[in-house]
Amino acid sequence: MTNTWGDIRNADVVIVMGGNAAEAHPCGFKWVIEAKIENGAKLIVVDPRFTRTASVADYYAPIRPGTDIAFLSGLMHYLLTHDKIQHTYVKNYTNASLLVKEEFSFQDGLFSGFNEDNHSYDKSSWDYELGEDGFAKADDTWQNPRCVINLLKEHVSRYTPEMVSRICGTPQDKFLHICELIASTCVPDRAMTSLFALGWTQHTVGVQNIRAMAMVQLLLGNIGVAGGGMNALRGHSNIQGLTDVGLLSNQLPGYMNLPTDKETSYDEYMKTRLFKPLRPGQTSFYQNTRKLFVSLQKALFGDAATAETNWAYDLLPKLDIPLYDIIKAFEMMNNGQMGGYICQGFNPLQAFPDRGKIRAGLSKLKFLVTMDPLDTETSRFWQDFGPQNPAKSHEIQTEVFQLPVSCFAEENGSLVNSARWLQWHWKAADPPGIAKSDLWIMAGLFQRLRALYQKEGGAFPDSLMAMTWNYMNPWEPEPEELAKEMNGRFLADVTDPVTNVTSKGGTLLDGFSQLRDDGSTASGCWIFAGSFTEKGNQMARRDATDPREQGLSPNWAWAWPANRRILYNRASADPDGKPWNPRKPVIEWNGSKWVGIDVPDYPVAQKPSANDGPFIMTVEGQARLFGRNLLVEGPFPEHYEPMESPVENVLHPKVRSNPMARVFEHDRNNFGKPSDFPFVATTYRLTEHFHFWTKHALINAVLQPEEFVEIGEVLAKEKGIAQGGWVKVSSKRGEVICKAYVTKRIKPLLVDGKATHVIGVPLHWGFTGQARKGYGANTLTPSVGDANTQTPEFKAFLVNVETTSAPTA
Amino acid sequence: MSDLQSQDYIRRSASTMTPPATRSHEEQVAKLIDVSRCIGCKACQAACMEWNDLRPEIGYFEGSYENPNDLGPSVWTLMKFNEYENEQGNLEWLIRKDGCMHCEDPGCLKACPAPGAIVQYANGIVDFISDKCIGCGYCIKGCPFNIPRVSKTDHKSYKCTLCSDRVTVGLEPACVKACPTGAIMFGSKTDMQHQAADRIVDLKSRGFAKAGLYDPPEVGGTHVMYVLHHADKPSLYSGLPDKPHISYIVQAWKGLYKPLAVAGIALAALAGFFHWITVGPNDTMREDEDEAAREIRETKEEQVP
Repeated sequence: MTNTWGDIRNADVVIVMGGNAAEAHPCGFKWVIEAKIENGAKLIVVDPRFTRTASVADYYAPIRPGTDIAFLSGLMHYLLTHDKIQHTYVKNYTNASLLVKEEFSFQDGLFSGFNEDNHSYDKSSWDYELGEDGFAKADDTWQNPRCVINLLKEHVSRYTPEMVSRICGTPQDKFLHICELIASTCVPDRAMTSLFALGWTQHTVGVQNIRAMAMVQLLLGNIGVAGGGMNALRGHSNIQGLTDVGLLSNQLPGYMNLPTDKETSYDEYMKTRLFKPLRPGQTSFYQNTRKLFVSLQKALFGDAATAETNWAYDLLPKLDIPLYDIIKAFEMMNNGQMGGYICQGFNPLQAFPDRGKIRAGLSKLKFLVTMDPLDTETSRFWQDFGPQNPAKSHEIQTEVFQLPVSCFAEENGSLVNSARWLQWHWKAADPPGIAKSDLWIMAGLFQRLRALYQKEGGAFPDSLMAMTWNYMNPWEPEPEELAKEMNGRFLADVTDPVTNVTSKGGTLLDGFSQLRDDGSTASGCWIFAGSFTEKGNQMARRDATDPREQGLSPNWAWAWPANRRILYNRASADPDGKPWNPRKPVIEWNGSKWVGIDVPDYPVAQKPSANDGPFIMTVEGQARLFGRNLLVEGPFPEHYEPMESPVENVLHPKVRSNPMARVFEHDRNNFGKPSDFPFVATTYRLTEHFHFWTKHALINAVLQPEEFVEIGEVLAKEKGIAQGGWVKVSSKRGEVICKAYVTKRIKPLLVDGKATHVIGVPLHWGFTGQARKGYGANTLTPSVGDANTQTPEFKAFLVNVETTSAPTA
Repeated sequence: MSDLQSQDYIRRSASTMTPPATRSHEEQVAKLIDVSRCIGCKACQAACMEWNDLRPEIGYFEGSYENPNDLGPSVWTLMKFNEYENEQGNLEWLIRKDGCMHCEDPGCLKACPAPGAIVQYANGIVDFISDKCIGCGYCIKGCPFNIPRVSKTDHKSYKCTLCSDRVTVGLEPACVKACPTGAIMFGSKTDMQHQAADRIVDLKSRGFAKAGLYDPPEVGGTHVMYVLHHADKPSLYSGLPDKPHISYIVQAWKGLYKPLAVAGIALAALAGFFHWITVGPNDTMREDEDEAAREIRETKEEQVP
C-alpha cells in the first residue's frame, strides 16, 4: 500500500477492482465501511462476479477476466477527452511534459524495438529525448506531440467506450457511469483509493494492470494524498515481509536486485545503479545505492566485506536468467534439473498452477523437505488419496522429510502487513509435539552444512563460510537478534557531518539515512532501519493515538520506510507546499520546514521552490505516466488477451496475448482452445477460509465445508446443471468434480457480440485437513505467469463444464 | 443456557407469578444489525461457536453460502443469503444474520409449559434455562421467527442467548465483538434506535427510499433489530416475516384457553360446593365398605409371589 489501512476512511471514492476486499480482507474492509459512513464515500466494484464486496457497493459493473487494461485505458481515455485531470498535479508531479524519443512508437500491438525471432525488445527507444545538459527535454505547454501526455492520449484513444464494452463485456452505460464517479476525484480536495490484490497480479499482464490504475490515479492527482493511493492488499501473512527482505530468486533485501552474471564486478554492478538525475535539482534517492548495498554486504559477510574485496561482491550468487521463479523451478524438476526442494511455509501442490505438473515434478525429486505447522498436501503428494490425489506411491522414489514447525502464535517475531507496518508479536503458547521454530531448523541446517563443507570441502563454499553468524546461541538465534541485524548498527564510531553527533560503534541505527558506503555501518534490510533502535523495539509500540483522526496512528508499530504511513506524501501538497485538501492535510511547508501528521517523504528542509519533484525515488523526481524501460512489455499498458482466451484480440489480431510472456514448450501444448474449452474460468478465495490453512480448522471447515464452482443461471440452464448438482469442470490440464452453485451473481457477458460465460472456481479444498476432500482449483490452471514477475495466471483461463455424478472414492 | 438471578426476571414460562423484579434500574438492551454494511463474512458465526463452545458437524455444500444449512441446537446464528433482482433489474445480494430476535412479547415463553424454562430478564433478553427444559418443542411452535431447535442428544431446546452471560458482566455479545465492519452493534435499545435513524438517513441518500428499522410491533418490538434497505419488504431477506405473529394456537393457549380453563376449574369447584350445600356430602353404605376391604385383600394376595 502506498497509504495505510486507516487512511482508507478519508477516501471520497473507493474502487475495488482486481480484488475482493470484503471477502479476502474483511478486517481491513472496516475502513471502507467507515469511509462510506463517516465520509460519504461511494464504493465501486468491478469484478467478473457479484462478490460480497459488491453486495455493499454503491455501484457494480461486471468485467470479463483478463481485460482490466482495456477498462482502465478506456477510463484514461475518458479522463483525457473530458478534461477530468488535475492539471497542476499532472504537469508538476508526473512526467507528462517530458519528450519521448522520436524512435519510440507503437503499432499493431507492439512497441518499437521488437525482435520477432527471439520475442524480445530492444528497449533503447523507450526513453526521453535528452538535451545537451544530459537532462530530459520537456515542454510544459504540452504543445509538442512527443510529450508523454500526448503520446498517452494517442495510445489510449483506441479505447473508446464501444471498444471497452466490446473487449470487457461491461455494458457501456455502466462503464460510463463508473468513469463519471471516478472523474469526480480530479479536483484537488477529493480523493479515490484503489484497493486491489491478486485479481490484478495473477495475469500474464499483472504488473501492467496495476500500472494502468496507477496512471489513472496520477491523472486524478490521487497519489500521496489522504484517502488516495494504490493500495495492494497483500493476500498472505507475511508476504509483504517476504518481498521486503528479498526472498525472491532475483532480489536482495530492501528491493535491491541480485547481480546478473553479466555484472562481473562491483563497479559493473553499480554502473547501472548510479541514478543520475534526469531533471535538474532532483533528489534521486537511489544515488545512495552504494550505502545500502555496502551495508547489506557488511551484514551478510562481516569482516569478509571490505573495500579491498569489493565488499565481498564475489560472494553473491549471480543470475544467468532473469529469475528462478516457482514455475521455472517446477519446469526444472520435471526436466530432471533440480534434485532437491525445501518448502518452508509453502504448499505448492495446492498453490501453484497445473497440479499434475507439480505432482510430476515432486515425484522426480531425490528429496523434498517440508517445513509447516500443518500437514500439507505437498508433504503428502506421494500418497494415494483417491481421485483428489491419485498418486502411485510405489512409483515415487522421492524421500520426504516432514518437519513440523511452530506457528506465529508460538514464537516471538514480526509480521509486515499490507500497510508496511512491522508489528511485533509475542509467543502465546508452546508449539505442540515435536514442532520446532523455523529459526531452530534453519540454524541447524546451516551449522551442519557448514561443518560438512569444512570437513569434506566442495564447490565454492566461500559464501557459506564467510556468512556472519553472531548470535548468542548459534543453533537457535533469537528473533530479537535477527530483528536488530536487519535494522543494522554502527560498526565503528561515526560522526554525522551535519549534526556533528558521534554514534558509538556497536549501537543500533536510527534510520537508513545513517548508512554509509565505507563499511562503518551494517544493515540487513535497509528499509527496516529504524525498526529496532537503541530506544527499543519500535515494532512493539502499541499507541493508537491518531493526530487529526486521519487514521495514521504513527506510534502504533512501525512502518517502513522511516515510519512513513503515506508514501509520496510531498504530493499531498501543491507546488507551493499548501495541502491540496485543507480538510485532510498530510504534510505542508511551514516556511522553514515540512511538518504534518506523517513523516515527510521529502528532504525536511527542502524549500518548495527548489524545483525538487515529490517523487524523490525516481531520477525525474516525477511519477511516470510513461514507464521508460522498466517493464518488459512496454512503457504504456496495452490490452493483451490472457494466454487462454475465448476471443481474438480485436485491437491487434496478430498480437493476441502478451508477446513477452515466458512459456515453456510443454506448457504451451497444455493450453486449451475455445472450441474445446469454451468458458472463461477464474479462481479466488472465499472469506470463510485463508488459503489452504483453515480447512484444517474445524470451525472454518463448518462454515465452508466442501468444494464447489459458481455457474451463472443461464449457462446452468443451457447445460442442464441443477442447483447443488455434481459437475465436471475440465481444462486442458485436468478436471475437478464438485458441486455447482447456480447463481444470479454471474451473468453472461456480451464480448465482441458473443455471449461469454464465466465460471468461478474457489480454491480452498485439498485432501488433508478437516474440510471435505477437494481436487483444488490449481488442477485446472495454466502454467504461465506475468511477463515481469512470473506470478501465475490464475485469474483467466479456459474450461469446459458438464454434469456428472459424485466422484467415487 | 445461562441463568441470571431470578430477581432479574420479568417473565417466566408457565408461571402465574413471576417473582417481582427487584432491580428496577436495568436498561433495555438491543442488538442492531445493519445489513447494509454486513459483508456476510460469518465472523459472527465463528465467534458464536467459540464463545458458546458449539461445534456443529461439518456439513455439505448445498447450493448456497449458507453453512451450516440451518439453525440447530449448536447453530445459534446463521448468515442467510438471498440473490434478489430489483425493479431496475440490478442484482442485490441481501445477506442477513439470522438468530433469536429476543421479542419483547416472546412467543416461545408464552408457549412453554415447563415452569421457568424460558425467562425474560429485565434488560429484555429472552433466555432458555436448560435444566428446566422438558424438550417438548412448544417453543418452536410459539416462535414467530422459527428459531429454537431441540437437541437430539439431550432433548433440550437451544437458541441464541444474546450472550446473556457476557452482557451481565458488561461485555457485548460475542458476535458484536467479532464483526469486522461494525454491522452488528449493541447497546441500550434507545441508543440503537438512534444509531439506526442515522443509518437510514444515509441509506435514503444512497437511493434506498424505503430504508428503515425492523423492530416489529406485532411482537411488542424486538431486542434484536435490523436496519434494512427495503424495510417495506422484510421477506426479501431470506424470509424475515413481514408481519411476525405468535401462532394463534399459542395465543389461544395462553390468551383464550387459559382463562377458560381456569373458569372451568372454578365452575367445577363451585358446582361441587353447591352440590354439597344442596344435596349434602356423599355417604358410604356398609356394603360399600366391605366390598372395598375385600378388593384390597385380594390385590395384596395377588402381589405375594
